[in-house]
Amino acid sequence: MKRKWLSGPYVLWMVLFTLIPLGVVLYFALTDAATGKFTLSNLAKIADYWPIFLRSIWLSIIATLICLLIGYPVAYFIAHCKPTTQRLLQMMIMLPMCISFLLRTLAWVALLDDTGIINNFLTSIGLSPLPLIRNNGAVILGMVYNYLPYMILPLFTVLMKIDPRLIEAAEDLGCNSRQVFSRVILPLSVPGIVSGITMVFVPAVSTFYISQKLGSPGTILIGDVIESQFKAAYNPNFGAALSLVLMVLIFVCVGVMNRFTNDDEESMVTL
Amino acid sequence: MKRLLSLLLIAILLVNALPAAVFAAEETVTINIYNWGQYISDGTDDCIDVISEFEAAYPNIKVNYMTFDSNESMYTKLKAGGSTFDIIIPSDYMVQKLIEEDMLEQLDFSNIPNFEYIDDSFKNLAYDPENLYSVPYTWGCVGVIYNTKYVDPEDIGSWDLLWNAKYAGKILMFDNPRDAFAIAEAKLGYSINTEDSTLLTLAANELRAQKPLVQAYVMDQIFDKMERGEAWIAPYYAGDYLLMVEENPDLAFYFPEEGFNRFVDAICVPKGAEHKDAAEAFINFLLDPEICAQNLEYLGYSAPSSAAKELMDPELADNPIAYPDEETLANGSFFSALSQRGTQEMDSLWTMVKTADTATTVYLIMTIAAIALVVFLWIFFKVRKRKRKARRCAKWKTA
Amino acid sequence: MRRTNRIFTILVFIFLYIPMIVLAVASFNKGKDIAVFQGFTLNQYKELFRDDNLLRLLGNSVIIAVLSMTIATVLGTVAAVGIHSMRGKLRSAVMGLTNIPMTNPDIVTGVSLALLFAFVGVLLRINAVLGFWTLLIAHITFSLPYVILNVMPKLAQMDPNLTEAALDLGCTPVQAFFKVVLHEIMPGIVSGALMAFTMSLDDFVISYFVTGSGFVTLPVEIYSYTKKPIQPKVYAMFTLMFVAILLLMVTMNLLQARDNSRRKKLRKREAYR
Repeated sequence: MKRKWLSGPYVLWMVLFTLIPLGVVLYFALTDAATGKFTLSNLAKIADYWPIFLRSIWLSIIATLICLLIGYPVAYFIAHCKPTTQRLLQMMIMLPMCISFLLRTLAWVALLDDTGIINNFLTSIGLSPLPLIRNNGAVILGMVYNYLPYMILPLFTVLMKIDPRLIEAAEDLGCNSRQVFSRVILPLSVPGIVSGITMVFVPAVSTFYISQKLGSPGTILIGDVIESQFKAAYNPNFGAALSLVLMVLIFVCVGVMNRFTNDDEESMVTL
Repeated sequence: MKRLLSLLLIAILLVNALPAAVFAAEETVTINIYNWGQYISDGTDDCIDVISEFEAAYPNIKVNYMTFDSNESMYTKLKAGGSTFDIIIPSDYMVQKLIEEDMLEQLDFSNIPNFEYIDDSFKNLAYDPENLYSVPYTWGCVGVIYNTKYVDPEDIGSWDLLWNAKYAGKILMFDNPRDAFAIAEAKLGYSINTEDSTLLTLAANELRAQKPLVQAYVMDQIFDKMERGEAWIAPYYAGDYLLMVEENPDLAFYFPEEGFNRFVDAICVPKGAEHKDAAEAFINFLLDPEICAQNLEYLGYSAPSSAAKELMDPELADNPIAYPDEETLANGSFFSALSQRGTQEMDSLWTMVKTADTATTVYLIMTIAAIALVVFLWIFFKVRKRKRKARRCAKWKTA
Repeated sequence: MRRTNRIFTILVFIFLYIPMIVLAVASFNKGKDIAVFQGFTLNQYKELFRDDNLLRLLGNSVIIAVLSMTIATVLGTVAAVGIHSMRGKLRSAVMGLTNIPMTNPDIVTGVSLALLFAFVGVLLRINAVLGFWTLLIAHITFSLPYVILNVMPKLAQMDPNLTEAALDLGCTPVQAFFKVVLHEIMPGIVSGALMAFTMSLDDFVISYFVTGSGFVTLPVEIYSYTKKPIQPKVYAMFTLMFVAILLLMVTMNLLQARDNSRRKKLRKREAYR
């Protein structure tokens, strides 16, 4: 097969610009900040941060599942529109993402604050204000809002091209609509689901800023800690060690997830 | 569609390339300035546009302006290399760190005659004892901003207000370890530059005790939150208080009696600067009393030059918060650079403060449960699939 | 069923667009606070057009976004076709490689790329190596996985017999790719390109570290506003940007729709003859 050489330039590119920087990260993670000598102390220190790792993973799993639950019906709906509408809706899904992430998050803060837009509205009609911000729910909301498009688009792409004749055939063979969904549509959309989950979960775990703005002082995520190692305490070595461990964890998570798909069908993302 | 895009692209490239081409014809130099975000008067609200004024005054120098969000990210950027800057404007302790690491150029003060306008009290400061590397840009103090509508006047006066349980959930705190620790250290009566492990730990405990009362650890959001009354009490820079009080007259400010942090942001030329002379011309321009006065009037921070102060709006120049008297100032102290070890110890304590008391076990159980569920589902599906396959095979065989 | 679905979709779109509405309203606000509307004014827009710096940065952002989208889409699509034909360990390795840039927190990617570029700069004796090109490389690098992850499901879905049929009918492999495969996977490519575009337009942390003094993008500037609150003219700029992209999209769609219907008519006419 000569076709696999088509990915040659890509592989070269990625080796140059991700593997080599990854080597830099590895080097940092295994050296001491002051002396530059080999050490494992950076990795040993990570034990203190397990709770944060776990919380980050937990919150991103929840956010990913919510994205899937919200994203699937939307993608399904778009996939059954007219082609022109489809194209428009597809772009409309991505459009809000063109606006700076920082500003969108700030807009959410303005909405959810105790004296923000929603609560001002509630108090003006005589209701008591709700605790909308500075809890885990708000962080998950931020993640879902920010990564939902990354779930919808791959789902839509896959759902759109499911051959309607397959569905007709299933119906003719006596499936009710639920069976059609679970036996035909869902299995056929698995590649899209896997892509979507990867694209939501992976960046969500290492996200930062969302938790700083929408979370409470206690809800910082691992992304924030890594960020602070490079910024507040100039300790890139420890930051590198943290991100290395994070990467391993994510690869394990993604790997577990992919076990779902690669029984006999084609798997999309494998380890 | 593709053709449209490429046309658009060419148009944009042309528009961008043209001015550069025109300038290249004359012999101009470009200086790269690296400053805090929104830390120079840029023409908003009819204020002076310092950079275009400079370019008009020195037609053969072009300014390339870039911004950073914290001393440390600027440091990371300088350390990583690959770019050259002619002017940077870090804070006092970062200037000291950069001097210690030999990352700054000595200035040629004969190119900066306007240095004479700088007050003597701002020359030879501890971060640059012989004043070889830096020129002060602004200075200010950290104090407590509070909302007079909600805060009892009896409670004010010291840092204790930030630990007052009466105002739980309405208190804001700095979102960076250096400033947060300085407050706890000042409250406890330690030096704000201490590196003593036990003292740092005690300060961290103090911050931990404060945490349940804190609404959020923030920086720029202090403006919105205080102006709107979302929070009632916050430590921040005096100059910024003056901007906030314009929006919400209920806000008031005081200098805590235990002592507080005083800062100076200074202009320096980093090693590797390509146009040091042009950079010094720019520094000189910034120190011009007229320019300095207008620039700092916009920024709200205090001017290190009496000559500039005289040209300012007297309401600002005589403001005891922007320019407190000697007695108050004596209570303030500057940051000095901490050692690598001290910084890291402070940061790990800070991370502990921020992550303390979270329900670790709950998350542990939840995560394990989630993983168990995933594994269970996987096995379930696999078994079902195998069964189905077996059934199909059986059917096929019988057929 | 379809009706509830329609309502649900509308609700999700509202959810996605709420912050845009908040920003748009804030851009007409007299006060500086984003959450409290104090009266209508167009002042922010006037301020915006006086600020050459912001507009220049916006231009830079658009250039980088368009270029990196184009390159990443082409490179990524070709690579996806290649990966699709791989099997076993090799495929796993390449897909693992694809996951790395998504897994790494932005700041780690940013700093490590900056160190790499600086090192190359020292080797090649380029003094200020960071700038337009390094920014472009970094943006392509982090957009590539998104393109690939969008194109791969479409390839998996495609009937492999289609290519073979094309080959049997006398197409060269290249022709078969352009006439058959490309057409089949187009929706995936479009999704991937859209994502690459927005990712690039929105990135700030990586850009901060890989950009030099000469070429900065808009989000980098906005990210540095930590000491002072964001000026409302920034809201005005993003509102305008939002409207501009929306208009561009709608026109493109209308043009394409007209094109399609014209083509259909032509085809009908030909059929008559």
